[in-house]
Amino acid sequence: MSWRREWSRIRAIVWKDLTAERRTKANFNAVLFFAVLTLMLFGFAFGPDTETTRSAAAGIIWLTILFAGVLSFNRSYEQELEGGSLDALLLYPGERRSIFIGKLLANLGFVLLVEGIMVPAAGLLYQLPLGRAPGRIALVLLLGSIGFVTLGTFYAAMASRVRAREVLLPLLLFPMLIPLLLGAVQSTAALLGGDLMGNAGSWIRLLVVFDVIFIAVCLLAFDHVIEE
Amino acid sequence: MASDGPALQLSGVTRRFGNRWVLRGINFDAEAGHAVALMGRNGSGKTTLLRVISTLLRPTKGRGRIFGHELVSEAHEIREFTGYLGHHAGIYDDLTAEENLRFSLRMAGLADRDSDIARVLTEVDLLDDRYSRVRGFSAGMRRRLALGRLLLRPPKLLLLDEPYASFDQPGIDFVNRFARRIADEGGIVIIATHDLARAAATVDRVVHIEDGRLLEGTSPELSPDEHVAREVP
Repeated sequence: MSWRREWSRIRAIVWKDLTAERRTKANFNAVLFFAVLTLMLFGFAFGPDTETTRSAAAGIIWLTILFAGVLSFNRSYEQELEGGSLDALLLYPGERRSIFIGKLLANLGFVLLVEGIMVPAAGLLYQLPLGRAPGRIALVLLLGSIGFVTLGTFYAAMASRVRAREVLLPLLLFPMLIPLLLGAVQSTAALLGGDLMGNAGSWIRLLVVFDVIFIAVCLLAFDHVIEE
Repeated sequence: MASDGPALQLSGVTRRFGNRWVLRGINFDAEAGHAVALMGRNGSGKTTLLRVISTLLRPTKGRGRIFGHELVSEAHEIREFTGYLGHHAGIYDDLTAEENLRFSLRMAGLADRDSDIARVLTEVDLLDDRYSRVRGFSAGMRRRLALGRLLLRPPKLLLLDEPYASFDQPGIDFVNRFARRIADEGGIVIIATHDLARAAATVDRVVHIEDGRLLEGTSPELSPDEHVAREVP
């Protein structure tokens, strides 16, 4: 295996997925609209009390990221299945895990872009002090997104050949994301509250551990799940 | 890795989907330099057999060797020299014709030279549409572009599943010329079709698959019914 060749294949997949998305924008517009709408609905559900909404904001933000992300993961493999491209993709010489890494990076770019608009929108809607620790909040978003997208890309591959994949994906994915959701929500809440107890660091470490474990496991198992 | 005997050998290959056996002990040999027509009715197992040979599917049981490489344990090596055109064109609607070929070259680990892409687009008569998105292409244009993808990296093992679908006569002639060229250069071509008349001039041998079992005819000139002659031992 040549690393240079595999890196070229990874870049090719990222380029292909993002070019197709940039041209149609169908997925991005839908996911972004869904995310902003969900934020607004949570706002209505919690009522006019700013304090109540603010205290629940970390959970709302991460649940919205999870719901919106699932929509994009399904689309990631749908475009391979539409024209029968998945077979062609699997028949190229080289490591199949390069396909996974390419899809993961393309999905991560997509989710981070959605977050880049959605999180400031949540800040405005719920009057959140996002400027209190912008660097660490961005780090939590990045770490949480890496773990979420890794598992999402993996399970979307697993569900891609199943008819009810839109239903199956969240059923497979969400239970696995509980530790990540816990770490991401707790660290975000701590940072938004000024991290007075200094416990954000331990939750961030949990996110790092989660990311490392699941990246390794998904890379090892991808060959098996993508086979028919 | 060199080896004696036929370049492609399958022995006792079976494949099951759930409780349904689609391949029931396939024994099949093919020599380098030969083009073989694989005939059979819908659901007889043609596509599954091609997908097993291409390494897209693992056999449930049985073994195979292709150009000296084990079918299951050396699938990576087999993919280096295999070209497969299935029912679907396997190209991306939201990329242009040129971008599809560029992506294909990059995925194959090859340099994406403009000259190679232009040469192939000329061969498949799509040069004028090189910057057009595939979404607007006809079925025939899509199939030609899919063939172009194979031309970028001519394979030693070429597997064509119903390759004449969506093609007009010049397209059919092009497919046959390409298949013959691969065989004449020492490769193996397997064409799964239910329309032997179109492949007859190209193939050296015809085998018939029925209910997951392989039966062999003697020459491409025989009619499909005459090919149900004997089970391949």
